[in-house]
Amino acid sequence: MAHEATMSPLAHADDHGGEHHHETPNVFGFWLYLMTDCVLFGSIFAAFAVLRNQYAGGPSGKELFDLTNVGIETAILLFSSITYGFASLNALAKNKTMVLVWLAVTFVLGASFVGLEVNEFTSMIAEGNGPDRSAFLSAFFTLVGTHGLHVTCGLIWMVVLMVQMMGPQDLSERMMNKLACLSLFWHFLDIVWICVFSFVYLAGVM
Amino acid sequence: MAQAHTAHDSSHGSYSAYLIGFVLAVILTVASFAAVMAHVLPPSMTLAALTFLAVVQIVVHLVFFLHLNTSSEQSWNLMCFIFAAASVIVIIGGTIFIMHDTAINMMSR
Repeated sequence: MAHEATMSPLAHADDHGGEHHHETPNVFGFWLYLMTDCVLFGSIFAAFAVLRNQYAGGPSGKELFDLTNVGIETAILLFSSITYGFASLNALAKNKTMVLVWLAVTFVLGASFVGLEVNEFTSMIAEGNGPDRSAFLSAFFTLVGTHGLHVTCGLIWMVVLMVQMMGPQDLSERMMNKLACLSLFWHFLDIVWICVFSFVYLAGVM
Repeated sequence: MAQAHTAHDSSHGSYSAYLIGFVLAVILTVASFAAVMAHVLPPSMTLAALTFLAVVQIVVHLVFFLHLNTSSEQSWNLMCFIFAAASVIVIIGGTIFIMHDTAINMMSR
């Protein structure tokens, strides 16, 4: 078992516990990271809340936001949450093929979300409404862009796990921990998106 | 041991739990969009409705998708979450309060 040499002592000790899957310190540590990420998003939301009416003569959210597009993005992200959930359940059932299928579906949904967002950003910038137009738009691009960047990182992570899973790691205890961390990350990003569509887009067109 | 295993499985969710969470999330999302698009409430009421629906949906996601619960196995996760949520409320609430006050006193509007 060559790959065991690279395991941390804790993960190694867990390996002797048999099939039973405990929440390891790795997953709890990742949860702590997510809580700090929560504070990061909180700070950006606070900045947005202060600057949301500072249009500097530029367009307001009412003129810029397309609720149909936001609705589609929301639906895509919500679907990707449940498809990742199906991947998790199949991982617990040790059904590797179905894990890969559901992860692939989740990836396609996540990629289309990022695609729609990039499309929205580029068309706004092309019309001269980029982050340099007003304080409101700076805050908007920072907030929504940070969320989009997180989703992009999640997509890269997902591809890495899918490739690793097809290799010797299979659905080992270590891989289950990685899948559990990405699961938390992915569902956490959906929670952040709830706040984005509620307080940025919907409150912006009110 | 068998009992422990069942309890453990439920903490990772099941198809029915994910589907219940998904249906609740869809209902709450549609309600948020409808509240804004229907224009039936005054703006301040709409904002209050949006906040309420968002908080409920966050709880739904935490329970059904992130499997956060009050079991002893999860107590540290829950405590950390409560601390982070309190920090975020102080950051956002405090910022809005202070900056609003400053804006009024500086007559910058």
